This record gives sequence, C-alpha cells and structure tokens, in this order.
Amino acid sequence: MNITIETQTQLTATAMAENKMEVRDVNVHYGKFQALTDINMTIAANKITAIIGPSGCGKSTLLRSFNRMNDLVGNARVDGQILLDGADINAAGVDVVDVRRRVGMVFQRPNPFPKSIYDNVAYGPRLYGIRRKSDLDDLVEKSIKQAALWDEVKDKLHQSGLSISGGQQQRLCIARALAVEPEVILMDEPASALDPISTLRIEELMQELKKNYTILIVTHNMQQAARVSDYTAMMMIDDRRAGMVIEFDETKNIFTRPKDKRTEDYVTGRFG
Amino acid sequence: MTASTHFQILIEKNQAKLSARRKVTNAAMLALTGLMTLLALVPLFWIVGYVIYKGGQYINLDFFINLPRPLGMEGGGVRHAIEGTLVITALAAVFAVPPGILAAFYAARYPNTPLGIALRFSTDVLSGVPSIVIGLFAYAIIVKPMGNYSALAGGLAMAFLMLPTIIRTTEEMIKLVPHNLREGSLALGAAEWKTSISVLFPAALNGIVTGFLLALARAAGETAPLLFTALGNERYDIRTIINNGIAQKQGVFQILGRIVDQPADSLPLTLWKYAQMPYPERVAQSWAVALVLMILVLLVNIFARLWVESRKRRLQG
Repeated sequence: MNITIETQTQLTATAMAENKMEVRDVNVHYGKFQALTDINMTIAANKITAIIGPSGCGKSTLLRSFNRMNDLVGNARVDGQILLDGADINAAGVDVVDVRRRVGMVFQRPNPFPKSIYDNVAYGPRLYGIRRKSDLDDLVEKSIKQAALWDEVKDKLHQSGLSISGGQQQRLCIARALAVEPEVILMDEPASALDPISTLRIEELMQELKKNYTILIVTHNMQQAARVSDYTAMMMIDDRRAGMVIEFDETKNIFTRPKDKRTEDYVTGRFG
Repeated sequence: MTASTHFQILIEKNQAKLSARRKVTNAAMLALTGLMTLLALVPLFWIVGYVIYKGGQYINLDFFINLPRPLGMEGGGVRHAIEGTLVITALAAVFAVPPGILAAFYAARYPNTPLGIALRFSTDVLSGVPSIVIGLFAYAIIVKPMGNYSALAGGLAMAFLMLPTIIRTTEEMIKLVPHNLREGSLALGAAEWKTSISVLFPAALNGIVTGFLLALARAAGETAPLLFTALGNERYDIRTIINNGIAQKQGVFQILGRIVDQPADSLPLTLWKYAQMPYPERVAQSWAVALVLMILVLLVNIFARLWVESRKRRLQG
C-alpha cells in the first residue's frame, strides 16, 4: 500500500497550493499543423475546470496535453510548460507513467476492458505492483464506492465489465481511474454517450469527487459546464485553424457577463 | 394540365398490365436465385455425401487404432497417418503461431514503418506461393542438411504455409479492437507491451483463434508441401517410439526428438498414395481416409466455435 501513503502526503502538501496545474505558453503542433496556440491557464486544486468551445477547436488536444496522451500521436510536438505541482510534466527525465498515474483520464465513450468488473478496477493497481489480494480487494471496493457504483455491482464483481449498462460502465471507468489514486482527473465529454439520468449521476459524482481530486472536463454541453464547473475556459480557433483560449474565468462570469463577444455568442447559443 | 391528364390516363391503362409484369418478374427472379442457391449447395452436399457413403463402408474402430497391414491383406488402419497429421500440424502451430502473432502486433501498431510495410508485402507474396514450392524450399533448408526426411521438415513447410493467414487475420483482429481500449490502458500508465498483452490480445483473441484454426485446417489438408519433406511412413508409430524410448531409458526430449526426426505420414498424403494403388482394398481405404480427414477438420471447427461462443458469452455477461 505504498501508493496510498505517498499519495496522502502529497495530497496534504498540495492542499495548500492553490493551483494544481499550470499551463504556460503552450503550443501544440501535429507535424506542420499548429493545433494549439499560446495557451495559458491555471487549474485550481479541488475545483472543477471546464473547457468549452465549438467542435475542432482543440479542447481534447488540450486535455490530452495534461497527461501526455499526445505523446501517442507520432508527429505531435508540445512546446511550453505544463506544470503539475510546479514541476514540468514534459521535462526530460520525467516518467510518463508517473504523470499518467497522477493525472487520470476518463474517456468520451465508456471503455471497460473485456475483463471482469473486479479486474477492470484492479488493472491499474496491479500495474504498480500491488499483488496482495487483501490490498486489491480494499482498493477495488474503495474505488467502486467512490464512483458511486458499489451497491449496483457488489454482487457481481466477477462478471464482465461489459455486462452492465452504459452509465454504469462509465462509472466503472471512473472507478478504474480512481484505483491508482490520481490527483487530477481529466474527463473528455464523459457523459456525451449517456442518457440524461446517467449524465446526472456522473455530474453528482463529480461534485463528490472534487473534495479529493482536481477535475478537468471537456464538454460540448453548455448547461453541463454551467452546472458543474467552478472555472471555465472558452476555446476558439483562429484564422490558421489553431485552437486558443479566448476567455478563462470563473464559470458564473463566463455565463453571466462574458468579456469576449465570441464567448457571449457561443454561450447564448448564437453560433457554434 | 392536358399532358399530365394524358399521362394519368396512360398510367391507369397500363397499371394492371405493369403490376402483373412486376409480380411475374419478381417471382421469376426469386425462383432463379433460389435455384442457384440450391445449385451451389449441390457440390457441397455431393462431396460430403459421397465421401461419407464411400468412406463409411470401410470405417470402423480398427481403422483408427491399427497400423496398415501388408499389401493385399484385408483390414488394417491408418493410425500412422492420424498420428503423423497431429504431429506435423502441432509442429507447424509451434513454429508459426509465436512469430505470426508477434509480427502481427508489430504490424498493427506500426503499419507505416519500413518493417511494417515489408511484412505486409511479404505476407501477400508468401500467401501466393504455391504450396509445392514451399515444400521444395523446406527440402532444401531442412531435409538436405539433416540428411533425412522428417516430420520436422513437414511441420516447417506447413508453418510457412500457415504464417501469412495467421499474420493477416491477427493483424486485422487487433485493428478491430476499439482504439479507446488501448488508450484507456495507456492512460492508466501501462506500457505499450503491457497494453498489448493485457488488453489488446484478450480483446482480439476470438478472432485470432478463428484465424489460427482456419490456417490449421488448411494446412492439415495440404499434400504437396509434405511430398518431399515428411515423405510418408507406413510404420510411423508414436506408441512404439515412446515404449522403446522408455525401455532404453531415454529422456523426454530424446523421445520427442525421435518422434519428429523421422519420416511421417499424414492423412492427405496417405489418401493420395492409396488412391493410385492397384489394390482395391487400398483404394477403398483411401475413401475412408478422406472421411477421417473431413471429420478431423469438422471437429476442430466445432470445438473452435464452441470455445469462441462460450468466451463471448462470458465477456458480454
């Protein structure tokens, strides 16, 4: 259970710090194409930060920069700094595995592995060398409880993760991400493939999770951003089709008195 | 207005005739496609039925458990060919599966690298090479240097034959695994190799097994690559090899070596040889061999289906 002890000390240390992550002058290129230009923003600890904007404006690219998932795209290049507790996650010598353990991710479509519910959640801890059955049992139960799924699956932990409903699958994926005890959770439109009731449950869950985690969410759904987030970044593409953050503020300001005309047009539904 | 009423009158006049014609055409086409479907089924049932009819007359338990009797004598079986087929296909699987599956993982992950492109190109070429050429190649690289025909050489020739099918189906199956499963694993911090083994491989396993068995069934039915590799051996008898080995206090590897290091027969090879012999007994037996071969391939397919179905049910819950 080394992970737990470590994480808890880290958590107490970072609870003091106001900003969990910070983006400084980030530019992302795919080959010659510039996908993101001069991004600057801060991610407040234990808050929910939403990224909104029209399709193709680079929201997902930005989100994927926070756990270096852009590394997987062969010709992607990230310039600038992305700091996690003040340390650049792209610096030489930083282990990408460590970054991804501390910054977890939940995807647009539920993607449970074709394994049992238990093995889905235990997958992450096993990667980090946790083998003792009692430790795994504890972690699995704790994570599924945190994801508000325990009562629904406690009697069928050894059934396939694909046998439960889409909304349950998404909460299973959240449990899977929580099981490695991350500090930040990235959510890429986590409810867009779900029905309204499942969506509501995910949103309630996010409110619960932000007590212990820092959450970053990309969403197409403006009401969702307004309902759940504390801060909102509004993105747009410039004339070279590169994405940029045109306004970043507390969510209530973005939705009630936006400073940028384009933000106002977007959040009031006039375009986008 | 006049034109449209004019047309309306014409259409109404033709309505009955056209409708009847449409119905007739429809019925005719339906009958034609149905007839052709039946026609396409004829060779299948004919072949299977004829083999069962001709082979069934000769088949009995003795045929499976006995070795061939000397020419001209009644009875005897083809245990040597069944054992040889099993040994040769098992060797082929051992040689072809590990490199085939690993290469497919590489090609699926890095399709546009020089190595990935070379692999795809050479599997295409290899799958087009006539099987007898592959047999000749195995003769040159195994039989000649070793100085004798062997099950090992036959297994290797079969492996070359299976390799392209295994690589291509595995590659396709891995590509069919949803991209976000892979990302889900990587986002938890898993390395690429770990993701491949723990997520991609299980997710693609049903298709990989199906592809492997198709390749195996094809190899088990091949004759040409064995002509100058396994050669044929009417006295191939695993039980005797093992018993002799134990009597001479040989180790497991020595005994295994003896099993693969001598000429072996296979069902298609036996069929081919028996069918052209001037002894009615042997010709009759060749039909029975055909039936055994068909049953063997069918059994493999049924097992594969059952396994894949039960696994699917388990995974979908």
